[in-house]
Amino acid sequence: MTVPFDLTDDSVVVVIGTGAGGGVLANELAQKGVSVVALEAGGRYLPEDYVNDEWESFGQLAWLDARTTSGDWRVANDFSGLPAWIVKAVGGTTTHWAGASIRFQDHEWKAKTNYGEVQGANLLDWPIDPREMDDYYTKAENKLGVTRTGGREGLPGCNNYLVFEKGAKALGYKEVHTGRMAINSGEYDDRMACQQTGFCFQGCKWGAKWSAAYTDIPRGEATGNLEVREKAHVLRIEHNDEGKVTAVIYADADGNEQRQAARIVCVAGNSIESPRLLLNSASSMFPDGLANSSGQVGRNYMRHMTGSVYAVFDQPVKMWRGTTMAGIIQDESRHDPSRGFVGGYELETLALGLPFMAAFLDPGGWGREFTTALDSYENIAGMWIVGEDMPQETNRITLNNDVKDQYGMPAPNVHFDDHPNDVAMRNHAYQQGMAVYDAVGATRTFPTPPYPSTHNLGTNRMSENPRDGVVNRWGQTHDVANLFVSDGSQFTTGAAENPTLTIVALAIRQADHIAGEMSKGTI
Amino acid sequence: MTDMISRRGMTRRDLLARSAVAAGFAIGAGFVAAPDAAWAMEVEHLKPETMATLIQMARDIYPHDHVADAFYAAAVKGYDSADAAPMIEAGIAGLNAAAGGKGHASYLAMGWERDRVDILRSMESSGFFQTIRGGLVTGLYNQKAVWPLFGYEGESFSEGGYIERGFNDINWL
Ligand SMILES: Cc1cc2nc3c(=O)[nH]c(=O)nc-3n(C[C@H](O)[C@H](O)[C@H](O)COP(=O)(O)OP(=O)(O)OC[C@H]3O[C@@H](n4cnc5c(N)ncnc54)[C@H](O)[C@@H]3O)c2cc1C
Ligand code: SF4
Repeated sequence: MTVPFDLTDDSVVVVIGTGAGGGVLANELAQKGVSVVALEAGGRYLPEDYVNDEWESFGQLAWLDARTTSGDWRVANDFSGLPAWIVKAVGGTTTHWAGASIRFQDHEWKAKTNYGEVQGANLLDWPIDPREMDDYYTKAENKLGVTRTGGREGLPGCNNYLVFEKGAKALGYKEVHTGRMAINSGEYDDRMACQQTGFCFQGCKWGAKWSAAYTDIPRGEATGNLEVREKAHVLRIEHNDEGKVTAVIYADADGNEQRQAARIVCVAGNSIESPRLLLNSASSMFPDGLANSSGQVGRNYMRHMTGSVYAVFDQPVKMWRGTTMAGIIQDESRHDPSRGFVGGYELETLALGLPFMAAFLDPGGWGREFTTALDSYENIAGMWIVGEDMPQETNRITLNNDVKDQYGMPAPNVHFDDHPNDVAMRNHAYQQGMAVYDAVGATRTFPTPPYPSTHNLGTNRMSENPRDGVVNRWGQTHDVANLFVSDGSQFTTGAAENPTLTIVALAIRQADHIAGEMSKGTI
Repeated sequence: MTDMISRRGMTRRDLLARSAVAAGFAIGAGFVAAPDAAWAMEVEHLKPETMATLIQMARDIYPHDHVADAFYAAAVKGYDSADAAPMIEAGIAGLNAAAGGKGHASYLAMGWERDRVDILRSMESSGFFQTIRGGLVTGLYNQKAVWPLFGYEGESFSEGGYIERGFNDINWL
């Protein structure tokens, strides 16, 4: 049941983007009786539409609008037009995600205090006390059905995990298990258990993995308070003379411009599109972009320190069988500067099919050095590295006026240079990852460079002081009281953990705040 | 690809009668084929020698000894178009010129992969090389028929995933 709200209805909350942040926020508000119009650039795809085919699925779901890159990161060279791997669909990147759902560690909420001054890094503490998040994390875990939390069992280990676990234990790692995953190990919340199909990145055809597309969104719609308009691509946000936002302009499925009035606007387009939208909404009152008096909109772009390690063995692994991300080593996630860097990292198994392996193992590689690796595809095991990267003011999203998207709007340019801390951490992680596989008899190991960014964070960051960031502790912009940011771009710092559980917990928290303030009449 | 042979009425004998075998390819007017006629490809916009050289180049870039030429041929077939032909002819002419500079009759006439790869390395940053290499990443490895040659099983939903089919069957750890 959906209720079409009128374009001129200025009592609605408009949510832009329906991924981890926007999809959850829209549902949570709808459950509280708030009227919500969610505008989503992508179409609607459900489990029956997902395809077990890496490139076909990518073509179906990925955000492929024009983007450009710069900076010394290898992605700018290997994938110059594809800085990030993000989904354009109802449910956003939660259709593609692997489901790893882990909480921040307490010290990570206060990176500046705990890490001290790091040259070249624009570190800041989150204006949130870790204890405030405990209940929201629990709510998020229950919503997502996270394994190894709330009494839910862990998933069974697949081949790729079993190799990883054996190596990890041989090295003496203690915190090694099949992960805390938003993937059902048994039936939960009307969704079935994981069938170990191995195409988690392509959308789970069983619905065993949580995605906003088939949970929060239809539930929100069922209340009658949420209308999701798909293929509605927001171009800019309008405001009045008092500096309050009043409406959003979007291109509908036919490319025609529409204007939806709004009482409150929540931006949740992921960390490239959200700042781009604010920058594209510049006006005479906000010449540097909406909510950008700090100059921080688009800055401090973080993508997590990442990389992968693949290893060849003399016997088959068949890593593609079973969950794509099937286990974790957490021992290196601590903050221990004796390793030569601040912050920490996680090691998580990862399996790619042959087509993606060919594209990502060593982008640009060729010749026998490359092909002999793929010849052993069946005997390969793999893991992904994810660690805290340093926010840097110069790593940023800007508007590229030389390149326009299909609506004539300036495309975003994504600039990223690795910080020396990121490089030191990556090198450490490569050594440890290779050691894990060497301990099980690997005959060859590969320290594989980062893929296009799957974790995009920090470009509208949260700060106590309006000078240092874009939004306050509720995700409300410092400059515009009825404008919120509701996705990963709020992140003050990235922590070592995969971000989505935290994005969801913050969205639940933000819904409480917005509904509360609306009923008090303060916004 | 055997279809293409029968459509043209090319039996193995016809085909071999109408072609010259050079460096592993049977090259005739308007077609390139395997010397044993296991596959054959008509070419419309490219010179048949050019297509044969392109197929060899594809193998030299991503050499898999257990993958037959037919898959490399399929991977580069798309370049036989009016749009792509000038770029391909020029690029392959460049390969042949480089081979000539090293005293060989042509790229295809170079017997050792090592020598051909030296030429490719010297032009690695060229637009031509990068176009061909980049195209092969999907052109070769995204052919479903290639997957079993690497052990990759592809789609698994229709079989109920691997929960009952060996997701944890590793037995050598
Ligand atoms: C392959 C892959 C694996 C991943 N695995 C994990 C994992 O295991 N654990 C984890 O924590 N995270 C994982 N992630 C990351 C996770 O998916 C993201 O962190 C999360 O989805 C981000 O949420 P978001 O709300 O910021 O944005 P998204 O989920 O990307 O949603 C943004 C939505 O906004 C829409 N949009 C953008 N601009 C506009 C506009 N102008 N108008 C209208 N709509 C717009 C987009 O189409 C999209 O639907 C993975 C990501 C990928 C790609
Ligand atoms: S492995 Fe499990 S979670 Fe992943 S797609 Fe298959 S059933 Fe879904």
